[in-house]
Amino acid sequence: MTTEATEVPAGDVGSLYRTKEGLGVWKHRGKVAAVGIGHSPTMRRWDERPETSVGAWAILALRKAMEDAGVTPDQVDGLVLGEETTTGSFWPAEKPIPEDFLNAFQQTDNPLDGLAKLSAAWILKNMPELTNVKTVITAPVCMSMVLTAAIQAVGDGRTHTCLVLKGWHNFSGRYYQGGANAQDTVAGPGKFGQALAGPASYGTAMQFQRYLHKYGKTHEMMAPFVVNSRRNGLLFPEGYWAQHRPEPLTAEDYNNARWVAKPANLFDNDIPIQAAGAYLITTAERAKDMRQKPVYVLGHAGAGRFENGLYLGAKSRGVIETLEEAQGNAASTGRKLFEAAGIQSTDIDFENMYDGFGLFHVFHIEGIRYAGIKEGEALDLFQDDISIDSAFPVSPSGGNIGSGRTRFWNHTDSIQQLQGRAGARQMKKQVEVGLSGGFMPFWSNFVVWSSSPD
Amino acid sequence: MPKQSPVPNDLDRPFWDACNDERLVLQYCDSCTRWQHPPEAVCYECKSAEKLRWRENSGAGVIYSFGVIYDTPIASLQFDQPYNVAVIDLDDAPGLNVMSHLPGTPADAVPIGAKVRLIFETTPATGQKVPEWQVVS
Ligand SMILES: [Zn+2]
Repeated sequence: MTTEATEVPAGDVGSLYRTKEGLGVWKHRGKVAAVGIGHSPTMRRWDERPETSVGAWAILALRKAMEDAGVTPDQVDGLVLGEETTTGSFWPAEKPIPEDFLNAFQQTDNPLDGLAKLSAAWILKNMPELTNVKTVITAPVCMSMVLTAAIQAVGDGRTHTCLVLKGWHNFSGRYYQGGANAQDTVAGPGKFGQALAGPASYGTAMQFQRYLHKYGKTHEMMAPFVVNSRRNGLLFPEGYWAQHRPEPLTAEDYNNARWVAKPANLFDNDIPIQAAGAYLITTAERAKDMRQKPVYVLGHAGAGRFENGLYLGAKSRGVIETLEEAQGNAASTGRKLFEAAGIQSTDIDFENMYDGFGLFHVFHIEGIRYAGIKEGEALDLFQDDISIDSAFPVSPSGGNIGSGRTRFWNHTDSIQQLQGRAGARQMKKQVEVGLSGGFMPFWSNFVVWSSSPD
Repeated sequence: MPKQSPVPNDLDRPFWDACNDERLVLQYCDSCTRWQHPPEAVCYECKSAEKLRWRENSGAGVIYSFGVIYDTPIASLQFDQPYNVAVIDLDDAPGLNVMSHLPGTPADAVPIGAKVRLIFETTPATGQKVPEWQVVS
């Protein structure tokens, strides 16, 4: 890390988020903008070449974001990233780290840096052109958390030209197998719940089962959503399915797919991939002189709580979050977003809420009352036209379901739609306000984007 | 069905010890008149540790929802796939839920809303007993 860069202490990072109702209009409404976007290629699993490591791809994505924005590296004064890059895949302890990877980069104390994690120190060591980074923030887990932290930091004046980064690695071998899951005993909080189930999608599946029971719906009613997500994903040239497996998905494919945790099947689960994405966030004032049309932030908000300096999910009452708790969290997030952005539900032209797992997209869009729906109505909406040509497009990015597990396609699409450069995904209708974010209803951050600062 | 043996820690040992005596005890805050589970060091509501005690619960409940697991990463459960994982609302601890494999109920034949009763199973690795729930016929 350059000597003059200051890391925002972990205990302070929590103050960058808005997780309570009643905070009023976001004080930097319209004064922060996204301008540049940078994506690495995608791959299913790392092929162990240095130039495709998550570190190499992170550097690539950051350089593309600067170039896209028309910003030179010396103008960048902030870097916000998520350090964790695992989607559940870990570098085996007994396996040596490839020599050519170690030789290709400046390493930090942790030999897995750049390969199975990404520290700001590693990025700055390997991007010597970033000579003026003064503020560094390590944010929790997802791009939505990273992006929100950067947006707030720019609004607060901690940085004015800020790079935002999220990378994901994926290695060979089956996901989450081995380790604690292979033991015949269980310690830790999982012993009261998750150790009885297993798949990560169980909780969402169980909530969705309750939803089907409560509202008299069927799992098949999700098919149009997943088909639409794949269709939109195949129009996303940066995404995994478009790059590697350009196959449309039919309702029959979906309905015949194998179960993982019924009612969550294979296509309700997103596919883990290796990829990195970056954005350039700046002030509305500076954005005017950059290469792309600025997309303004009207507000941000999410679900969560701070305890001991950590950003944790909203607490559930029992062992597992119920449907009603998920719905309550989603609705509360909706109210916070409208309050922060000073808008109403009816002002939203499109939604790019998170979808990995696809089933909880239902809870998210009901929470913001998208297209005027309320609880129990999202699956009915899916039976109408939800394509990018419709009046109420659903997940125009295609999300994780359409392009692989990164949790950032939704933000890229929102920015590109409002810049008018979403290519084949560009919606037919005129759009001014959209929102994107994730991840789950109990632990999230969303951004309200607008083509205008007012 | 066989499952991993939970390893007690200082916080939850009374819960697991009671299971070995075939009793269900859960945390209860006398000041808030509120049940709490999974165990925590303090009452989540009033942050008091002193008012928190272990209190016996009948374990009677109702099936809230369920999922059927076809692809678990947990080795000791893979042999029994597909298996049910139900969420039970506890009658005597309003708002609290627990999870169960519903022994005796065929996979994917889970009656949401049905009454269940508490039983105990012995886990193979350490002999630790764990609570389970069965549909009341
Ligand atoms: Zn209390």
